[in-house]
Amino acid sequence: MASSKTTRGTAVEEADGGNGGKQSIEQSIEKSAAKRSTGNAQDLAGLEAGLDALDAVQTKRVSPVEVLVQKVLPPIVAVAVVLALWKVLVVAKVTDDYKLPDPGLVWDSLRQLWLQGELLDIIWTSVSRGLFGFLIALAIATPLGLVVARVKFIRAGLGPILSGLQSLPSVAWVPPAVIWLGLNDQMMYTVILLGAVPSIANGLVAGIDQVPPLFLRAGRTLGARGLVSARHILLPAALPGYVAGLKQGWAFSWRSLMAAEIIAKSPDLGLGLGQYLENQRNNSDMAGVLLGILLILVVGIAIELLIFAPIERRVLRSRGLLASAR
Amino acid sequence: MSPALTTEKDDRVSAATAGSPGPADATGSVSIAHVHKSFGRPGAAQPVLEDINLQVRPGEFVCILGASGCGKSTLLNLIAGLDKPSSGAIEVPGGRPALMFQEHALFPWLTAGKNIELALRLRGVPRADRRPRAERLLELVRLGGAYGKRVHELSGGMRQRVALARALAQDSSVLLMDEPFAALDAITRDVLHEELTRIWSETGVSVLFVTHNVREAVRLAERVVLLSSRPGRVAREWEVDIPQPRRIEDSAVADLSVEITEELRGEIRRHGQQ
Repeated sequence: MASSKTTRGTAVEEADGGNGGKQSIEQSIEKSAAKRSTGNAQDLAGLEAGLDALDAVQTKRVSPVEVLVQKVLPPIVAVAVVLALWKVLVVAKVTDDYKLPDPGLVWDSLRQLWLQGELLDIIWTSVSRGLFGFLIALAIATPLGLVVARVKFIRAGLGPILSGLQSLPSVAWVPPAVIWLGLNDQMMYTVILLGAVPSIANGLVAGIDQVPPLFLRAGRTLGARGLVSARHILLPAALPGYVAGLKQGWAFSWRSLMAAEIIAKSPDLGLGLGQYLENQRNNSDMAGVLLGILLILVVGIAIELLIFAPIERRVLRSRGLLASAR
Repeated sequence: MSPALTTEKDDRVSAATAGSPGPADATGSVSIAHVHKSFGRPGAAQPVLEDINLQVRPGEFVCILGASGCGKSTLLNLIAGLDKPSSGAIEVPGGRPALMFQEHALFPWLTAGKNIELALRLRGVPRADRRPRAERLLELVRLGGAYGKRVHELSGGMRQRVALARALAQDSSVLLMDEPFAALDAITRDVLHEELTRIWSETGVSVLFVTHNVREAVRLAERVVLLSSRPGRVAREWEVDIPQPRRIEDSAVADLSVEITEELRGEIRRHGQQ
């Protein structure tokens, strides 16, 4: 049978230090540095410098004005167009006022909410729930995803269930959660977890599956095995998929929470965005309903832009995976 | 079947095997004795390598040449310890060999310098020493200014040089190279041949270099080993006594390349006749 004798690198050094006759590769590198200024070597150095200069990938910095024109302006124009269309429909009286109120009335509702001092409270009630629920989901889904990705038996059992859960609208969990836990915050968090955990775990599994085997092989030749390999190679290599999973996990958390808040109403729960929306429907206040929808939308987008987009951009840019970085 | 021209090597196998702590001169050597490798279930196993015998002397530059299906990469994986032979023995007294792939295999989440530092770290080099050592290795491959560069900011040739520096960071006395320049353009490859020859002679590392490019083999190696295909066997060996520095355009390189190519084609033709 095989008897390939592969001792660790440190053993090599000891052996070399012991006999002193043969020098290690590194010592040779030290000594060779001096020789590198001879004529022939200089020619080669110049040739290489030329090739490097010709081949080097050009990375150009984008000016702030370009960013403004390419990234900021288009969404502003899009929003303006939608508002203009809305106004046109109202002025043309395509439908009754109570079904499609003037944009100005929605603005008035917003102002009123602000003046009453309720606006930030309502938003914070929902955002704090959403983010806290998301963090719990993160803490559960990360080890779960790791185990599902790396342990065959568990993957065969749990993999299909996780994928299946991802396509189940989490609003379906509200009725059972209410029966199990009653109308309280635990019920909200349960619904968030059932929405977000599968999507974060699946993201991590997909990220790990897409790690090129070459990286793992390269890691093994460098001496990385087991947990060391997981820490230095597997997890960093899977990071883009994981971050994509986090982003989607947040979207699922937010959606699940809003569904739970709209359906489950109780004085104990405090006033969140979903409850506000449902209250305005009960009051037949269409301007308030539209305001509720817009606030849910804006908060969801803001969290993604402020928290997840920068993380994702950093991860992708550092690996040269972002088209606009070129 | 062509006879394997491995001669008078057996005594050296036993010499290398006997002294397990390794006499000083065994460091950097590789000895492969009667190695077989097959894949698949027992019974229906496909032999990939058959009775491979090969000795690499410390500091020697050996090219392994062969057409598709000769098991070149399998052989390197066995020597690197990534896989185990079905039978036979592989001795690498100097410790785990460094391995370089056709793809640079640099980690894109690290800079060029940090890639090298990871190799140093996994080898147990203390934190304070890592950065200066990584910088010296980058200077060795003439990429002194590339420490903070991301992998995607480097050209193909620069990536392979960083990969070479990372392999050398393992401070292994044996460097295995699996078609490392096959994906590069001809101009860059030519320059890297020169660079590799220089680094090999400066460091005294033993190189086992796998390629399917006959001229590349003759340009680089002290000895060229031709493997037959399916299963891989040592078909013939040539000592290349053309003095370095050689160029790939040299007529001596061309002459020997013609001879070796004829032999290689003969090996390939046998498969068409079966």
